[in-house]
Amino acid sequence: MSNTPAILAEGLHKSFGKIHALDGLDLVAEEGNVLGILGPNGAGKTTAVRILTTLLLPDSGRAEVAGLDIVKHAQTVRTHIGLSGQYAAVDEDLTGYENLKMFGQLYHLPGSRAKRRASALLAGFDLVEAAGRVVKTYSGGMRRRLDLAASLIVSPPILFLDEPTTGLDPRGRLAMWEVISDLVAEGTTVLLTTQYLEEADQLAHHIAVIDHGRVIAKGTADELKTQIGGERLELTVAPGGDLHAALQALRPHSAGEIQIDRERRHLVVPVTRGAQQLAAIVRDLDAAGIALDDLALRRPTLDDVFLSLTGRAATEADQLEEAALGRSSR
Amino acid sequence: MKNSNLLTTEKVAPSVHSALYWTLADTLVLAKRQLMRIPRVPDELVTATLQPILFVVLFRYVFGGAIAVRGTSYINYLVAGILVQSVILGSAFTGIGVATDLQRGLVDRFRSLPMAKSAVLTGRTLADLIRSTFIILVVWAVGLLVGFRPEGTILNWLAAMGLLLLSSFMFSWFSALLGLVLSSVEAVQQSFVIWALPLMFASSALVPTSTMPDWLRTFAEHQPVSLIINAVRGLVLNQPDATATWQAIAWCVGLLVVFIPLAVWAYGRRTAR
Repeated sequence: MSNTPAILAEGLHKSFGKIHALDGLDLVAEEGNVLGILGPNGAGKTTAVRILTTLLLPDSGRAEVAGLDIVKHAQTVRTHIGLSGQYAAVDEDLTGYENLKMFGQLYHLPGSRAKRRASALLAGFDLVEAAGRVVKTYSGGMRRRLDLAASLIVSPPILFLDEPTTGLDPRGRLAMWEVISDLVAEGTTVLLTTQYLEEADQLAHHIAVIDHGRVIAKGTADELKTQIGGERLELTVAPGGDLHAALQALRPHSAGEIQIDRERRHLVVPVTRGAQQLAAIVRDLDAAGIALDDLALRRPTLDDVFLSLTGRAATEADQLEEAALGRSSR
Repeated sequence: MKNSNLLTTEKVAPSVHSALYWTLADTLVLAKRQLMRIPRVPDELVTATLQPILFVVLFRYVFGGAIAVRGTSYINYLVAGILVQSVILGSAFTGIGVATDLQRGLVDRFRSLPMAKSAVLTGRTLADLIRSTFIILVVWAVGLLVGFRPEGTILNWLAAMGLLLLSSFMFSWFSALLGLVLSSVEAVQQSFVIWALPLMFASSALVPTSTMPDWLRTFAEHQPVSLIINAVRGLVLNQPDATATWQAIAWCVGLLVVFIPLAVWAYGRRTAR
């Protein structure tokens, strides 16, 4: 059993009319690991999750979850998985407690155990005070936590999280990361989709970057960063400053080609050791007598990943996809 | 956060019970969900009840003097029609609810659970029966207040109630099917205007069909809504019409045999986006 991956997808294809949502998707997640699926809107992330959670049939290809074929053994697969989607899928007109109790009963827990489990999850997700309130009154972060709690009722060994932090404020996002890390620490296998490189970096052991329904890069976060290049230092030279002298001073620190926008006096310098280099760079610029308007160390974003892997920005891919769909994508 | 509570040894209960047992258990859980929502979202039930009350009062006083029906008063004639109309209009909420669950992703969650596939629909249609019972009793009571005088025995009236609930169940399943296929609240609402209004008005609900032009009368006298109305009317006015009653029951059962499997199929299909 230990050789069987928790999640395995081979050559998954799925089309909706003319749109190829998945175009030969391959994925592997080992037991106890977190697989991060990174991609822009419309890349096929949600379609992949819906197929792996038995909500959708693939056109071709095959997939196994917990060693079970998702088409032939859909009902058994459902006893091994939890799903928390982009849309907090809870009944807005019931309270948090009533929602969890209802889902517990639908997992076929006896009434008393369903009640106990609902209370324990509300405590674990910091929702005790809101337990008796209808979900309509919850904040976005509270709804997401309740939705995640609902997917943990029977502690499924494999958890699918479709953009668990999209739309959350930074505090809500951190809280969600903490919960996910705890679950993984206790042995849960997680497949997580995200649009944020930072999130995949924080949580995932392995990352698959997907675009147009296909994996275009995969590896650990470090492997991907090496492939993409590391951080970038962005400087704006003060008006009247000597751009050429700045370039001279920066060149020894740069790990690659420095981009210059002369009109805005803006320079982008690829660096490898980020913060450690910062002091030396500032010293050298100062010695050369160059005043700065702005200086920032920027970590690579999904846009950078896409730029370096596909030659176009993620947002561009997004717009193309939307144009193809003829409407804004879900 | 006290995250030691997050995981548990809870596992899905081994199926010591039969599939039928779990279908019934899941149905009751989801029927309870619908009933719990009634006091939280009172406007649904209020709308579904106010509309037939308004119809009874308006038609009774606006048309009552102008329309003569043979053998009884207009209000006595009208109540059966309004009762069936209220059942049809009330079923709209089934489809709207199903479409709302689809749009909010709740159906995805239900589908990903190891529960009985049909329970989401049977739970809802069962809860609708309870709601319909309430609406029927209210319309009956309002009818009594404005001059409705049922005739015959209580057994006949109970038979009328049974037939109304059977048709309510059938319309709920049809509405659920519409919700699943159209999958948008607006589309479900619009579809009701297209199919329900002609069936409700080109019928014997408000006026006898005898004054309608031939082509319309042929339709109005043979379509299922008229047959249900005629059967109910016969039962509450002590003029039981055996032919209409059996035809109405046959229509309801026949349509249920078609709509239930179609709706369960539409719910379970793994093709929707």
